[in-house]
Amino acid sequence: MSGIIISSLGKKLLMSLAGIFLITFLLLHMGINLLVIIFEDPMVYNKAAHFMSSNILIKIFEIILFGGLLLHVIFALILQIQNWLARPKRYNKANYSNTSFFSKFMIHTAVITLTFLVIHFLDFYIKAKFGHAAEIIVDGVAYHDLASEIMDKFKMLPFVIFYIAAFIFLGFHLIHGFQSAFKTLGLDNKKYTPVIQVLAIIYSTVVVAGYSIIPLIIYFL
Amino acid sequence: MKLKLKIWRQKDPHSRGKFVNYRLNDISADSSFLEMLDVLNEELISKGEEPVVYDHDCREGICGACGLYINGRPHGPDSLITVCQLHMRKFKNGDTIVIEPWRARAFPVIRDLMVDRDAFDKLIQEGGYVSVNTGSAPDANSIPVKKVYADLSMDAAACIGCGACVAACKNASAMLFVGAKVSHLTLLPQGKVESNERVRDMVAKMDELGFGNCTNTGACEAECPKGIKLTNIARLNREYYRATF
Amino acid sequence: MVKLQSRIPEGPLAEKWSNYKSNQNLVNPANKRKLDVIVIGTGLAGAAEAASMAEMGFKVKSFCYQDSSRRAHSIGAQGGINAAKNYQNDGDSIYRLFFDTVKGGDYRSREANVYRLAEVSNEIIDQCVAQGVPFAREYGGTLDNRSFGGALVSRTFYARGQTGQQLLLGAYQALSRQVKKGNVEMYPRMEMYNLVMVDGKARGIIARDVITGKLERFSAHAVVLASGGYGNVYFLSTMAMGANVSAIWQCYKKGALFGNPGFVQIHPTCIPVHGEYQSKLNLMSESLRNDGRIWVPKKREDAVRLQTGEIGGVDIPEEDRDYYLERRYPAFGNLVPRDVASRAAKERCDAGYGVNSTGLAVFLDFKDSINRLGKDVIEAKYGNLFQMYEKITDTNPYKVPMMIYPAIHYTMGGIWVDYELHTTIPGLFATGESNFSDHGANRLGASALMQGLADGYFVLPYTIQNYLADEINTPRFKTDIPEFETAEKEVKEQLDKLMEVKGIMSVDTLHKKLGKIMWEHVGMGRNKEGLQKAIEEIEKLKEEFWFNVNIPGEVNDLNPELQKASRMADFLELGALMAKDALHREESCGGHFREEFQTGEGEALRNDKDFTYVAAWEYKGDDKEPVLHKEPLKFEYIEVKQRDYK
Repeated sequence: MSGIIISSLGKKLLMSLAGIFLITFLLLHMGINLLVIIFEDPMVYNKAAHFMSSNILIKIFEIILFGGLLLHVIFALILQIQNWLARPKRYNKANYSNTSFFSKFMIHTAVITLTFLVIHFLDFYIKAKFGHAAEIIVDGVAYHDLASEIMDKFKMLPFVIFYIAAFIFLGFHLIHGFQSAFKTLGLDNKKYTPVIQVLAIIYSTVVVAGYSIIPLIIYFL
Repeated sequence: MKLKLKIWRQKDPHSRGKFVNYRLNDISADSSFLEMLDVLNEELISKGEEPVVYDHDCREGICGACGLYINGRPHGPDSLITVCQLHMRKFKNGDTIVIEPWRARAFPVIRDLMVDRDAFDKLIQEGGYVSVNTGSAPDANSIPVKKVYADLSMDAAACIGCGACVAACKNASAMLFVGAKVSHLTLLPQGKVESNERVRDMVAKMDELGFGNCTNTGACEAECPKGIKLTNIARLNREYYRATF
Repeated sequence: MVKLQSRIPEGPLAEKWSNYKSNQNLVNPANKRKLDVIVIGTGLAGAAEAASMAEMGFKVKSFCYQDSSRRAHSIGAQGGINAAKNYQNDGDSIYRLFFDTVKGGDYRSREANVYRLAEVSNEIIDQCVAQGVPFAREYGGTLDNRSFGGALVSRTFYARGQTGQQLLLGAYQALSRQVKKGNVEMYPRMEMYNLVMVDGKARGIIARDVITGKLERFSAHAVVLASGGYGNVYFLSTMAMGANVSAIWQCYKKGALFGNPGFVQIHPTCIPVHGEYQSKLNLMSESLRNDGRIWVPKKREDAVRLQTGEIGGVDIPEEDRDYYLERRYPAFGNLVPRDVASRAAKERCDAGYGVNSTGLAVFLDFKDSINRLGKDVIEAKYGNLFQMYEKITDTNPYKVPMMIYPAIHYTMGGIWVDYELHTTIPGLFATGESNFSDHGANRLGASALMQGLADGYFVLPYTIQNYLADEINTPRFKTDIPEFETAEKEVKEQLDKLMEVKGIMSVDTLHKKLGKIMWEHVGMGRNKEGLQKAIEEIEKLKEEFWFNVNIPGEVNDLNPELQKASRMADFLELGALMAKDALHREESCGGHFREEFQTGEGEALRNDKDFTYVAAWEYKGDDKEPVLHKEPLKFEYIEVKQRDYK
C-alpha cells in the first residue's frame, strides 16, 4: 500500500482516478454554464453560481477537485519526465506505428489546457470568488453579476477564439484520456472497450460542443 | 532492386555514433531483410571495412534476437513479423531505408544496431516463473484448466522477448512485456499461487530498470510480432492493484 | 587406448533405470554447495539441467553464445513433444514409445537408453505443466494430443506451433529463478573455445566474451555439454545461424569420442530454397502432415508446366495427382518417418516431377482438410504456420498448395556417451542433441524435445552425482594453473592464426562452398564415390580457407566475422569426419542412405550382421586419421526387422 506513490502503476492509478473525477466535473460545470444561454433571465445563472460558491458541501467538493487536479498534473509531470528519461536518444525517423493519433500528444494538449485553466482562474474564478464583479441584490441577497461578465467577455472575438481553441485541445486530450483511464484501472475487455471508445468520442464531442456553443451564441446573437 | 540505406553506426556504448549511407544495386525482392544486410556486409568485408553488427539467430521469427527500427517502425513495414521474416518485396525499387537500433535507456547500444536487452532477463528473474522444483510435479491432468484460459495464457506466452514493444512505445515502457508474462502465468492455476508476489516484484523491477510508463497508446500492440494484446496490460494493472490493496 | 563401456545397469529393461537410481552414489546437501558444474548451452537440455542441479544445491555456471539464455534454438521446435501418457486411450504405453523410437531409429540406438527416455517422458509433461507451460487443452480442461510421424497413436503434446518455445521458456524461467537465488551464475554472450583438463579430468573451460573479445577461464568439478547439433555444417539448414559444433569439437579433440557423426536428419517439410543469398531454411512443422497431403503430378508434362510457371498446383485435376506417400505406404501414408518422407520427395524430384522453378519441391496440400473440417479448424490448428509460410513465400496456403522440400534439420550423431551421459573424458558429460543420443539413425518427430528435457531434468542431474560423489574432496581451485594457461594459449594462437590469414574471401562464401559439398555428397543420398570426393574436396576447401579467409576487425573486440571463422574452421574438420563415417558404414539405415544399399523398391537396406554398432571416432591429431571404435548394440527386447511402414 505504501508503494502506491512510489510505483509507476500506483501513480497511474491515482492519475486515472483523478482524471475520471475531472471528467465528471467537466459535465457538471458545463451544465451550469449552459444556464447562461438557456434562460433569458441572467439571474438563473447568477443564482447557480452563487450556490456553487456558498454551499459548504460544494466547498469541500471544491477542495477535492483542486486536489484531484493537482494530483493529476503533478503525477503527469513526474511520469512524463520519467518517460523522457526512458529514451535519452530519440529516433531519427519518427514513430510510424499505427497507434491512436491523439495518444501521442497528451502532454501537449495537457499543457494548452493547463494554460487555459490558469488564465481562467486569474480572470474569472478569483473574481467570482473574491468579488471584484458587480453586485446585484435580489431579495436582500447580494449576487455577483457573473452572467453580464460572461456576456461582456464573449463579445470580444479574440477571447472567443482562444476559448474555443482551448476546448478543442481539451477534447483531443479527453478522446484518449477517457479510454486510457479505464485501461489503467484494469478495465480492458473485448466487449466493453469498443463501447468505451465510442463513449470517449461522444463525451469529448459533447464537452467541446457544449462549452463552445456558449461564446458562439453570445457573440453572434 | 536498388536501395539506399541509412544505417546507424556506433563503435561502442560510449561513442557518439552517426548515420552512414550505403547503396545496394542488386537485391532480390524475394530475399529477406537480413539477407539484404548479409549482402551489404559481404560488400563491406570485401572492401576491408567492418560489417554492420546486429543481433540475429534463428531467422524464423521465434528466438527474438533480431530487432531493427526500420523507417520508423520496429521490425519494419509489415505487421506480425520479426525483421528476419521481413522480405524485400515490402520495399520499392529506389527506396531509402533508415535503420536504427532499439532506443531505450534500459537497452543501451552495444555496437551499431546491437543492443543489450539484459533488462528483460532481469525482469523474468524477479518472479516470471512458477516456483516448482524438478520432480515434484503432480500428474499433468490432475488440475483441469479451462480451455479459454489456457488459450489466453498461450496468447500471452507467445512473447519472444525481442523488445519491439519497448522500442515502439513513445515512453519506452516495458508494460506489454511484463503484462504478457504476468498474464501467461496468472491465467493458469499453477501460476496463480504466487501471482501477488510476482506482479509486485516485477513492477518494482521494471520501474527500477528505467523503463518509461504506459500511456495506453497501443504502439506496442501494433508492433508486437506475436500480436500480444493490450488487454494484457490491463490485466497487469488489475493484478497489481489486487496484490497491493 | 580408449575402451567403450556403455555402463548399462543390470536387470530387466523396465527396471534398469530404477535399479540405477537405487544404487548410484549421491552427494549430500552440504557437499553439493561445494561443487561447481559448468553447463554449456541453455537450450532444453542445458537450461533444464542447470536449473535442476541448482535446485539440488550445486553451484552452476551456465553459458550461452546468445544475448539471452531464452534464445537457444530449442525455441524453434514447432510441433510438439512425445510422452507415453496414453491420455487418448489409444493403446499407448512406455513400451510402445520405446519400440517406436528404436524402430524409427532403424535399430541403431541403445535399448536401455531409449527405454529410460520413454520412461521419463511422462514426468516431463507433469513437470512442464507444473511450470506453467500452456499446452493445448480440450474443452474439458484436460491436455490435448496430436499424432506425429512414425507412430500409430496420438502421443504428441503441443502448444500451438510453438511447443519448443513454450518448453524452453519453462526451463528458462526455472533457470531464471535459480539465477535470482544465486545458485546459477549466468554468462550470456560467452562462447566456449576450449576444454581444460587437469590430471585427465575435465576441470574447466576457456570462453571468449563475445562483446569484448577477451578470453576468460572458468573452473568447475564437471563440465556438461548441451551445445546442440551441428547441422550448420551444411550452411543451409533449419538451425539458428549461430548454432555450431565448436564446443563439442574441442572436446573431441581433447579425447572425447564422437559417435555416429554421419547420422543427420533431413526434414521433409521445409520451404524450398529460393536463391543464391539464402541464409537459412524454414521449417514447416511435421504436424502439418496430419492434415496435409503430399503430392506431385502424375504426368511429366504437368511437372514441366509447373516448373516453367505456366500452371499452378490448383490447375491439376485430382486424377492427375500422385499422392506418392499414400501410394507407397498405405498404413502410415503422409505420416511416415522423416527419413522415409524425405527420400520419397527426393526420388520424385530426381525423376523430374518437382513442382517449382528449380524442380526441387513437392506439394503439401490442405484442400481436402479444408473441405472436410472447414478453414476455421485448420486455421486454429496451424494458423501461425500458415501465416509464416505466407510471409516468406507471398502465397496463400489456404488457396494454393504449399511447396515443400527436405532440409537439414537435426543431427543424431554427437559426442559418444555411456548410460550415465558421461563421455570418454572423466568429468565431461554430453546431453541433448550434442550427444550421439537415443535416436539411432533417425529421430522421430517430437522426440528431440523429449530427449533434451529427459536428459536435462531427469537423467543428468542424477547420473552426474555418481561422478561428483568422488569429487567432494576436490576443493574449488584457481585458474592460474598451467593447464588453463596452455588451454588459453591454444585458443589465442588459433584466433591469431585466423586473423593473420588476411585473404580475400568472406567466411560465408567459403561456408556456402562447404555446404554445397556436404549437401551433394553427404546429404540425402550418399555413395562411395561421392563420399570419397567429398573428403578430397573438403581437404582442398580447408586449404583454401586457411589461405584465403578474410576477417576484418580486431581479435580482442566484438567481431562476428571472427566468431564465424572460428566455427567454420571446426566445421571443415567435422565435415571430413562425417564423410568418413558415412563412407565406412556400408549399409543404409535411417537418415544414412547409401545408394549402393537399397531394396528393389528403393527402401533403406541395413546390414545388421556387420553394422549393428555405434561408430565412435577418436581424434588422433590434425594430420592423422581418426580411429574407429565400435560399441556393439544388443537387442534383447526388440526383434530387429526391416522397417516397414506399409
